[in-house]
Amino acid sequence: MSNENTPSVHIMRSQLGRARGLGAAKLGLHHWWTQRVTAVALLPLSLYFVLSVLMLAGADRAQVAAYIGEPWNTVLFLCLVAALFSHLSLGLQVVIEDYVRSDAKRMLTLLVAKGGVFILALACAVSVLKLAF
Amino acid sequence: MKDVREALMVGRNTEGKLVRRPLSPFMLGSAYKFQTSSLTSIMHRITGVALGAGTLLLTAWLVSAAAGDAAFSVVQALLASWIGLVVLIGFTFALFYHFCNGIRHLAWDAGRGFELPAMHRNGRMVVAGAVALTVAFWIIGFLVW
Repeated sequence: MSNENTPSVHIMRSQLGRARGLGAAKLGLHHWWTQRVTAVALLPLSLYFVLSVLMLAGADRAQVAAYIGEPWNTVLFLCLVAALFSHLSLGLQVVIEDYVRSDAKRMLTLLVAKGGVFILALACAVSVLKLAF
Repeated sequence: MKDVREALMVGRNTEGKLVRRPLSPFMLGSAYKFQTSSLTSIMHRITGVALGAGTLLLTAWLVSAAAGDAAFSVVQALLASWIGLVVLIGFTFALFYHFCNGIRHLAWDAGRGFELPAMHRNGRMVVAGAVALTVAFWIIGFLVW
């Protein structure tokens, strides 16, 4: 009997990997998916931010504090900060991974960029909360 | 001795003359012509990074508002100065461009708008939309202010 007409499937995975049944860590899509989810969240949130800025044009500190201090505005600003900075972190990561060639430099740039973005996010969130309470 | 890979870098141009093949960054302007697709794509990246820099302004605004009147008036004066306004106009354009082209990217993710004529058309719509939104924002902004 010849093998030529017999349908067969070639499995690239090692027998050991198959036996352990672990496979991929299932994190491959996480970056891509999170970037899309935060992008969709930012569509209404950035429009809300633009409208807020227009309403607050020329306002003094007390008026800004009173606006951001309203519960729904506090919530929306916190959502904006969370979505914006996580989207920024993911986006900057892609740009750095594309253009920084050396491994050591890439690792260092990524750490600095991600750390910086995290600090900015915290500074914004704490300021919004301080204006609210 | 010359690197053997140099042999792969020899090619002929459209007139049949032997030339050294152009490589990536030096191709811009000479051998490479920008198209709607590549231009809108690189603009998405540039505006994305610019918006990242712009979050420094957002942070300065929020932190100074939380810090007190003195800090807030310094930040407000900076933003209202002519250089501040130029930066803010650039920032709003980057925001509206990234917003519009982001919708385009999400449509592509859903498998829509890939055909070349549609892609060229919605690319022009994105640029026109971003300019229109920026102009509208600043007209309303100055009227409110």
